Formats: sequence, C-alpha cells, structure tokens
Amino acid sequence: MSHLKSREAILFGAILCLLFVVAARFPAFVAPGNLVAVFTDTSPLMILAMGQMAVILTRCIDLSVAANLALTGMVCAMINVAAPDLPVVVILAVSLALGAMLGAINGILVWKLSIPPIVVTLGTMTIFRGIIFLLTDGKWINAHEMSPHFTGFPRSDIFGVPVLGWIAVLVSVVMLVLMARTTLGRSIYAVGGNPHAAIYTGIDVGKTQFAAFVISGMLAGLTGYLWVARYSVAYVDIAGGFELDVVAACVIGGVSIAGGAGTVVGTLLGALFLGVVKNALPVVDISPFWQLAISGAAIIIAVAFNAQSGRSKGRVILKSAEHAQ
Amino acid sequence: MKFTKLMTSVAVAAGLFAGPAAADDMRIALVVKALGIGFFEAAAEGAEEAAKEIGGVEIIYTGPTDTTAEGQIEVINSLIAQKVDAIAVSANDTDALVPTLKKAMQRGITVVSWDSGVAEDGRQAHLNPSSNALIGNMIIKLAADHLPDGGEVAVLSATTTSTNQNIWIEEMTKVMGNYGGIDVVSTVYGDDLADKSYREATGLMQSHPELDAIIAPTSVGIVAAAQAVADAGKIGQVNVTGLGLPSEMAGAIESGASKSFAIWNPIDLGYSATMLAHQLATEAATAAPGAEISIGRMGTITLDETNAAAMADPFVYDSSNIDDFKEIF
Repeated sequence: MSHLKSREAILFGAILCLLFVVAARFPAFVAPGNLVAVFTDTSPLMILAMGQMAVILTRCIDLSVAANLALTGMVCAMINVAAPDLPVVVILAVSLALGAMLGAINGILVWKLSIPPIVVTLGTMTIFRGIIFLLTDGKWINAHEMSPHFTGFPRSDIFGVPVLGWIAVLVSVVMLVLMARTTLGRSIYAVGGNPHAAIYTGIDVGKTQFAAFVISGMLAGLTGYLWVARYSVAYVDIAGGFELDVVAACVIGGVSIAGGAGTVVGTLLGALFLGVVKNALPVVDISPFWQLAISGAAIIIAVAFNAQSGRSKGRVILKSAEHAQ
Repeated sequence: MKFTKLMTSVAVAAGLFAGPAAADDMRIALVVKALGIGFFEAAAEGAEEAAKEIGGVEIIYTGPTDTTAEGQIEVINSLIAQKVDAIAVSANDTDALVPTLKKAMQRGITVVSWDSGVAEDGRQAHLNPSSNALIGNMIIKLAADHLPDGGEVAVLSATTTSTNQNIWIEEMTKVMGNYGGIDVVSTVYGDDLADKSYREATGLMQSHPELDAIIAPTSVGIVAAAQAVADAGKIGQVNVTGLGLPSEMAGAIESGASKSFAIWNPIDLGYSATMLAHQLATEAATAAPGAEISIGRMGTITLDETNAAAMADPFVYDSSNIDDFKEIF
C-alpha cells in the first residue's frame, strides 16, 4: 500500500512540475480561473476513466466507451429535440440507464459467452456508431435545435465551478467508496488480482466483470449527455478515438493492464495529467506538428515510470544458465 | 394547379413510352448522390428555376435512395433508356460511373458533372462549386469585412495533413496583401474533433488576448470555435467565421458568436449545372479547354485544361438569410 501511495505522489509531483513548466512560458495558465477551466475540460475524461478503471481491474478492457458516449449523447439530444421541455433530471436518468444497458451488452457477452473483452468491445464500438448512423442518417443535431436548459446544465456555476466539474467530483467520491468499502469493489480487485483464488473465495468472476462493464457503460452514458450539452452538437463521430485517451489515463494513473492493481486517486491523477498536457499544448506555442509526438511521449514516459516503480524483482534460480546466454 | 400537374405527369409518362419523337421539351436529368438530402433538394429547386428561365426544358430530378455508385449506375442506365437530352450528375464515385456515362455520351446524351465530379473520360465538363483561390480569398475577406481598422486573426484548421484546408490557407496567404492591417497571428489544428477544436480555440483566445477573429475553414472547427467563444464570454469581441453549414451554424449566428460564414449555395449550384448542361446540349457552347460558357444569372464560367470550371465565390450566410437556409442543409 505504501508503494502505491508513493506512485501517486510521483504522479502528483509530475503534474505540479508540468504546471510549473507551462507557467514559465505562459503564466496565465495557472491562474485559478484557468485551472478550474482545465479541471472542467478534463471532467469527461475523469468520469470515463473511473469506469474504465473498474473494467481494467477485472482484467478486461472497454473500448466501446466513446461509442457508447456518442450513442447515448445522440439519443439524449434526440429526446431533447422531440420534447424540449423535459427536465434535465429525466435526461440524466435516461443517459445513465441507456449507458448502463449498453455496458450490460458488453458484460453479458463477456460473462455468458466468454468472448475476449477486447473483441467484444471492438465489435460493440462499431455497432454503437453504426446505430447512431441508422438513427440519424448521418445528420447532425445542432445548437439551435437544443433547448437552453439542456445545453446550459453542465456549464451552470456552483461556487465558481461548473456543474460538469462537480459531477466529476461526485463520481470520483462514489467510486472511491465503492472500490474501497463495498463487497463489489473488493471483488473487482480480487477477480483481477487472482481469478482462481477469487473463485475459491466464492466470487463469481464473470458476474463481477459484468458489473464492471455496467459501471463503465453507465458512466459513459452520463458523459454522453454532458459531452453533447457542453459542445452543443451531436453527430456520429463525436469523441472519435477518445477511448484511447481513457485507457491512457488509467495506465498513466498506475492501473495495471493485467488487472488487479490500481487506485481511484491514481486514475484521477492520470486523467488530470493528460488533461493538463492537452490544455497546455495549445497555449505554449509549440508547433502543431510536434504536439502529437509530445503527448505520446508524455504517456510513454509516465507509464515507463510506473512500470519501473511497480516491478517486483525476479529471483535468479539458475545462475549458470544466465551466464551461458 | 393539381390538374395541370397531373396533366404534365401524364404527358411525361406518355413521352416516356412514345420515345423522343413526342417530346418537344429538352429533358435534363439532375442525378444526385441520394434522394432526400436537403442540399440536393435545394439544388433541384435551382434547376427548376433555370428550366423556367430557359423555357422548354423539363427537369428530371432523380438519384438512388442511398449514396452508392451502384445505385447511380442503375438510375443513369434508366435515363439512357428514356433517351434524355442531358445528364448532370453529382457522383458518388469518381471512376465507377465512367463506363455508364461513356455509354450515355455515345448515344448523344450530353453529360456534365457538378459538385462531386467524375473522371475526365466520363463527362464533357465539370462544374466545381467554387475554386481554391476563391475560397482562400473568401475566408480572409469574411474576417476583414468586420475589421475595418485591421486586427488580429487566427486560423483553426482541421488536421495538419488535410489537403483541402492546407490549399485554402495557402491561397489565403497569397492574397493577404490585399487586406492591410489584418494580421494572421497563428494557425492551429483541431483535427476535426469537437473537443480538440474547442480547446485550441480557447487556447487561441488565451495566448492572443487581442484576437479579433477566428477563421475556421472546416465545419467541425467552426461550430466548436463558436461554442468556445460563447463559453469564454467573448461574443462581440472575437468573431468566428470560415466555412460551415447553415443548419450547423444557425445557433452561432443567433448568439452572435459568428457574424457571417460562407459555403456554396446549393440553389445556385443546381441552377448553374442546368444552365451548363443546356448550353452544351443545344450546342450553343462546346466543351473545350478555354471555352467561355454563359450560365445565366451566375455570369460566365471558363473551362480549364481538364474541362472543369468554378461557379462562383462561396455564398455568404449571415443573420439576414440564415433562417431561409438552416432547414435546407
């Protein structure tokens, strides 16, 4: 536990260093108002990373989160167009329910048919995007078609922070409690850490993986509404490729891709690290041709750091064989 | 009204069965990528306008139900069987339609492409909605028109490798000398992703506090930039302009984040394609490099060495006309 804590401390230090470097080139970046903006901008990534973390911990992966987000977001937008006066609470409920349902489809396929999760979610990723196309014929839903309270909800201000940011905080707290203090949370760690041992302790591995997919889907659905409302536009390709950012956030945050290891705080820091990089690159005046390479390098460096600190040293049992090589 | 319509359709049907001998009217077929798309419905409206202006021309507006080359080939084959006088097509595939269109030309049918072209062998002339030079000039003009005293503008493009956007920005740079006092302070890339474009636009406003306009020659970027300007509370201070679709930009025009933007006008495009097809079919003009062909109210076009021509400047949309077009495309 103490070494996990230190890993998070390193990441936190890295974020501070990054902020310091950016501030040296562009001081306004660290103004409180801008930091809130960066946090808000990173919120969708944080929410999605929370769900993805649960899935990766059970030795699975969910590549369909961005497609789930796009489909749920589109459905929310269509509902808003059809019934402009529907309160936001209903939209939120719909987004959570639909997202959870789409996640459950992934979960069922992994649980009952034992298909590898990467294959399942690669498939559903394409299917979800395809469904949006079927629903809309590729048409966009635009700002002027959405009602003001629908698009206004995530940006309305509470104590100087937009609702979008507060939702990320709320989701994080819920996940913190869920992972640390509930049977489900502990089974998720157990299933990923050692599936065989988990079975002997009476944990249903498939069912736990199913639950993780439902959590991931539910959060993706929630983000779907928030995303569409924030950018005031819904079309087939929104958040295209975003699933990779989400996985990257988890990995940077110290979630082991082999399952079983990783924390909520680490994942949050991983998402924040990516968020700071993404928001800083446009203002530090670096050639756009370098930007992709830089964000890629940042990911690899962070992960290499994690891998180093997390690696348990192997024991050499055949000295002579090692020398022979 | 209904009765005359019925009579015309009866006449058309009779014409179809009786063959060309009974048809006095010149019949021009407007083949679109797919039926039911607002943009092409508007183009058909323009074609009807041209037909009325010329007189004695009947427009057959047709196309497949989905945007496939196979569907268009079927439609064109049936038009050949109906012995129409001209086909004006917006192609789903540059090469796939060529054999069918060649067959049409062998039977004496005039073939032109418009909007989305077919390869040179498959048509006599091609009508582009605009040209790279005209677009490049238009995007900077849109920003400059609202900055009589000059100012700082920035470009928000798609990806660093997007061919169209790069050519347009290059053409824009060539004519910068004509717009004194306008400074392009930065070019950034939103990768045609809403979230990245939004961040880049926000970054532009931060690193250039005096910024007066953002030019986004991409439909995803312009919408995201308008949203970023609105969220930053800089409406009236930073004008977002560039190329976008009226349906997508209606909200930004309404909020004032964008004063104006441009894109081709589908009505003008349908009108001009019909005029061009008519000119070639009546042999009032011949399709040859350098030929100048009059296309009615849209003026004159000049064919280049590939027999392609540009119709006009992109059409400017602002608060005065956005409501008429936002339902169309």
